[in-house]
Parts: sequence; structure tokens; C-alpha cells
Amino acid sequence: MFGDYSIGDLGSIFVMQGFAGLILFSVYVLMALGLAIIFGQMGVINMAHGEFMILGAYVTWMTSNFSQSYLPSLFGGYFFLAMILAFIASGALGMLVEWVLIRHLYKRPLDTLLATWGLSLMLQQAYRSVFGAREVGVELPQWMLGSLHVTDSIEVPINGVFVMCLTVLITVGVAYVLYMSRWGRQVRAVVQNRIMAGAVGINTEKVDRYTFGLGCGIAGIAGSAFTMIGSTGPTSGQLYIVDTFLVVVFGGAASLLGTIASAFSISQTQSTLEFFMSGSMAKVLTLLAVVGILMLRPQGLFALKVRK
Amino acid sequence: MSDEANKGLLSPLRRKLLMGMAAVPAITMLPRASFAQAPATSAVNTTGLAVTDTEVTVGILHSATGTMAISETGSIEAEKLAIEQINAAGGVLGRKIKFIQEDGASDWPTFAEKAKKLLVNDKVAAIMGCWTSASRKAVLPVVEQYNGMLYYPTFYEGLEQSKNVIYTGQEATQQILAGLNWIAKEKGAKSFFFIGSDYIWPRTSNKIARKHVENVLKGKVVGEEYYALGSTQFNSVINKIKLTKPDVIFTDVVGGSNVAFYKQLKAAGIDLAKQPLLTISVTEDEIDGIGGENIAGAYACMKYFQSLDNPNNKAFVPAFKKAWGEKTVIGDVTQAAYLGPWLWKLTVEKAGSFDVDKIAAASPGVEFKGAPEGYVRIHENHHLWSKTRVGRAKLDGQFELIYETADLVEPDPFPKGYQ
Repeated sequence: MFGDYSIGDLGSIFVMQGFAGLILFSVYVLMALGLAIIFGQMGVINMAHGEFMILGAYVTWMTSNFSQSYLPSLFGGYFFLAMILAFIASGALGMLVEWVLIRHLYKRPLDTLLATWGLSLMLQQAYRSVFGAREVGVELPQWMLGSLHVTDSIEVPINGVFVMCLTVLITVGVAYVLYMSRWGRQVRAVVQNRIMAGAVGINTEKVDRYTFGLGCGIAGIAGSAFTMIGSTGPTSGQLYIVDTFLVVVFGGAASLLGTIASAFSISQTQSTLEFFMSGSMAKVLTLLAVVGILMLRPQGLFALKVRK
Repeated sequence: MSDEANKGLLSPLRRKLLMGMAAVPAITMLPRASFAQAPATSAVNTTGLAVTDTEVTVGILHSATGTMAISETGSIEAEKLAIEQINAAGGVLGRKIKFIQEDGASDWPTFAEKAKKLLVNDKVAAIMGCWTSASRKAVLPVVEQYNGMLYYPTFYEGLEQSKNVIYTGQEATQQILAGLNWIAKEKGAKSFFFIGSDYIWPRTSNKIARKHVENVLKGKVVGEEYYALGSTQFNSVINKIKLTKPDVIFTDVVGGSNVAFYKQLKAAGIDLAKQPLLTISVTEDEIDGIGGENIAGAYACMKYFQSLDNPNNKAFVPAFKKAWGEKTVIGDVTQAAYLGPWLWKLTVEKAGSFDVDKIAAASPGVEFKGAPEGYVRIHENHHLWSKTRVGRAKLDGQFELIYETADLVEPDPFPKGYQ
């Protein structure tokens, strides 16, 4: 297939394809991070993860409309405000859900799957009733559109670079919070041994609530960022949920590093395969590879050793 | 969620509709039938349908919930509007239309079940409904078994024809061929890159398009790619497009993927003003989600655009906005859905009966001069004669009409040489 093209063409395509893989990697990490925290640290299977993301997207849409109508001069920077608001909104909803629903189900992890699936249906219908069944278009400031012109044939999408930077920032932030801060130590203590953690004076309920809130908040930021590359509608969250679970499960549930490694391997495999065959075949092969590896390593790529 | 019969729409909306009615051109060609002249029910209804001396019941069957609600909402709105307008103009054979709305919930077995309920329990005289081909395929055996009448609004892949269905959208050849001819001539296009969602409609449409490109236009298809429904990452295929440098990108990507595709195309620096792109899956409805700035410059091949400049459409658009909100946009399928109740009414009046067999037999030749798209006529094969139009997407989310076929295009659901 390469016979007809010049070396220059091929070179730039490989560079671009490398970027495509990196962007896909960032997208996967960003959408899986929140779920990995909740699933990994708390053992809760949050099927409503996609809906928390879409809440972030809708918050972005509202912020965009608001700033267009009332603060047109600040429109260029509204996106940063929108991401903060998305984090707060999704995080607050997450904490509420934890308080109303999840905390009663900690001893029944499979029931959290059903409960959060029901929650996802309720949220979808709520979005449909509030925002309408049609998709909404989030208008972006001019500087976020288009691409960086590197050479004549190499162009790097700005929104891709933006997602990449955001992913790095948030991953570093989460790693810092979980592994360096006092609160992170508490979270890890609760994961390793809930009863002992309680015995040494950690308020485990509060830790749970904030952990769930953090996971959902990050989902909100992801949703906000994805308004640049995807659709915003009541059921758009469903587009992400399968890939998200794939990344988290493949990575090994309780490991941040695993999530990153798994996002990297899945995204690179998929984006490379997509280039050589059609999109749906690439997906099939990627899934087959994941299934094969999970059969050999059921615990995922990286597994945290926990005393149960 | 079921049996949402008529409520809600009546009072404030009807008043608004009535105020807007003066502008509806269709009204002028329809004599205002008074109830006294209405023919006896026993004469116009010999098969036990839900027809009384003053009312006739039809069904509306679309997804008001689930993923397809995004697309089907417009169809529901259009059908309700048409029914209101028909009622305001005197109804059908002197009878007001009452509708029962059922929710297919984006689930194909549910569609079949609800269709059966409408036909068997409610004895509706006709069903306006379905959107995806999958839902139509689920409903088809039901309407055939219980001898119902289905008015189906979506442009679709063809390869189907039924006595019990009137297809008010375009079948594939009506939608595709004229558009390809135009772009080949206008842009001197020789090489095409196809990209679609992975299910029956894009695959069948692309098959027809490929035959046309290769055999008739003597061009070349340099790539044909399919992505699973709901895919949100298109960077790899965009790179392939950059590598193969096609004269035209031809797309039938649907749903949420559509939004992702155009946003990423723009982000990758592909300027649609310089790179011709012809889509058969983006209407004004989709642009709402995609954002006009991401798709401006693309060409869409449809039979209707909201911006069409004709007297029927000039009355239809304000009436629709009055009923459903200023910000509502009207896409190709919404308009086709609007045709359903009108065509049914005209056919009933031609047949002088609500009986399904008589309607099926009377359908060929029925013409609707008040159609927002201009003029349509039902063909012997129960599809519509209609024009093919090419529009260019503008920043504000509307299309600018660039080209339309001189004559109505004959529907050809089983095209020879294209299968």
C-alpha cells in the first residue's frame, strides 16, 4: 500500500499517526482515571461513569452559553472555568450519590453494578428532560480550533495537544494526592484494611465519600474536555463506558500505573491497527488481544497485592 | 409512558397553530369539510378500524427515549404538527384525527410489540413511525400480518417494498446518484474516500456509491472504511485520508460518531472549503450537535433543507417553529415525517375509505402539492418521487442550496446493476 507515496509523505504520516496514538492514549487515560480511582480504591463498579462525564459536558455547554451571552470578552478563557465547574458539579453529585446510594452497598459489590446502572438510566432520562433529547453543540473559543502547522504535511490538532496536557496534569495531580498527601495515605490505608484504618482513627466513611467524589469529579473534567472531540447528548456517556472499563480492567483494578500502561497499550495497538485495516476490524483485533491477555493474566497487567 | 393520547398538545399549542394556519398553503386546496357532510362510518370503514362518526385514530410510533430519541424527536414533532394542521383544516373525511403515541424506546423488539398493540388493541387506521432500518424491519412483519399501514420517514438503503408501507424518505439511489454526478462534474472528482458507520445503511449506500463511481463516473474509490456505531476516535482514518488525498470524502457516519468525526477533521487541519466532502447523513438536526463552525463548507445530499425557498416551506418553517420553539431546526427526515399524515389524508380522500387495502391500492399517484420540499407523488412501488438536492453547510448551521435535479427522481428500491 505504500508503493505510490514518497518518503516524505510516509514520514509525515508516521509522525501524525504517532500523534493520533498519543491523543487516543490521553483520551483513554482521562476517561479511565476517575473510574480507576472508584473501582480500584473502593471496589465499586460505577456504571454511571459515562453520565458523570456527560454532566461535565453539559456544564461546559452551559458555561459556554453563559459566557457568550454575558461575558463575551472572556469567551476565550471560559473553558478553564467550565472545567472547574464541571469538576465541582460532577464531584458534588458523586458525593450525594455515595451518601444516598453507594454507602449502603459496600458489602455487596455486585449490587453496586446494578444500582449504578439504574442510576445511569435515571441520569440519562434526567438530561433528556432537562436539556432535550437532541444533542447540543458546545461552541469553542477560536484558539482551540484547528491545528498547529508544523510542516506542509504535518499538522497537530490543537485540541489533541490540549487533552494531552490536561491528562498529564490531572494524572500527576491524582498521583500526588494519592501517594504524597495525608488524605491519600488515608485512602490507601482504607483500601488495604478498612477495619484497622478505622481503628487508628481514620473516618472511613468520609474517606469513601471524598474518594467517590474525586473519581466523579475527574469524570466531569474528562467530559468537559471531550466536548472538543465528541458529542454532547443525553446518551453520549454510553459511547465511552465500554472503552473505559476495558482500560481499567485490563490495567489491573487497583493500580494507577496499570491504568496508564493499559491505556497506552490499547491505544497504540488500536491506532496502529486502524491505520492498516478498517476501523471496526481494528477494534475486533484489539478486543481479541485484550481477551487473550486477560485469560493469561486475569488480574490485569498490574495487580496490587492486598491482604483480604 | 404509553397512551399519551393527544393530551398536552391541545390547548396552548393548538391556539398557536391555529393562529399560524392562515399561512399554510395546503389549506387553500382543501375544501373545508363540515361534519354534516361526512360519509357514514359504515361506508368508509368496513374492517373495524378505530373510526367513529367524528374521529379517526392513528398511531405515532417513535423512540422518545433511548439513544435514538436524538433523531426521532424531530419526526414526532413533525407528525403532531401535520395532524394538528389537518384537523384545523377540517380533518379527514370529516373526521378529526386523534393520535395515540407509543414509545419504541430505541429497542427493536419494543417497536414490534408496540406496533402490534396499536394495530390489534387500538385498531389504528395508520401508523406514522419507525426511524432506523432495524426498527422498520422489526415492525414490517407485524404491519403485514395485521394488515396495517405504516408511513416511514427516513432515507434508507432500499431493497424493500411492501403493500403496507409508504416510504416518505428517499431510498439509496435517489439520495446518492445525483449527488455523486453533481460533484464529479462540478469538482472534476475522480477519486473518492468512503467512510461510514458499520451497519446496513452505510454499507448498502456505499456499495451503490462504489458501483456508480466505478462503472458510471469511471472514477476510483481509494478507501472504504467503517467504524463501529458510537466510535469517537477518527484520527487514524483522517491520516489515511491525508495520505490518499481523495478528490472527495464521501461519508455516511451517524449518531454521536458524526460529531466526533467532524470535530476531529477540523482539528486535523482539513479545510472543508478546499477538500470537498459529500455527506448523506448530516441534516440540520445533526449540525446542532456538530457545531456549524466544524462542518461549514461540507456538501450534503438530501431532498429537503430548512432554507429551501418556496412558498410551502416559507409557511412550514414558521409554523414548525411556532409549535416547537424558535431554536428548533428542521432536517430532511423531519420534513419527510411531516409528509406522512398529509399523504395518508390525501390517500384516504382519494380512496373514499379508511380501509387499508383500499388505501394501499389508491396510494400510487397520490400527489401532495403542499409539501415543504415542493411537490411529491407516490410511485407504484410506494416510494416517493422527489428531487435530489445538494446543499453546502454554513456557519450558522443551515444549508445553502447549491444544486437540485431538474426533475423528480424516480424511486428505485431494487436498482439493477447496483447490487
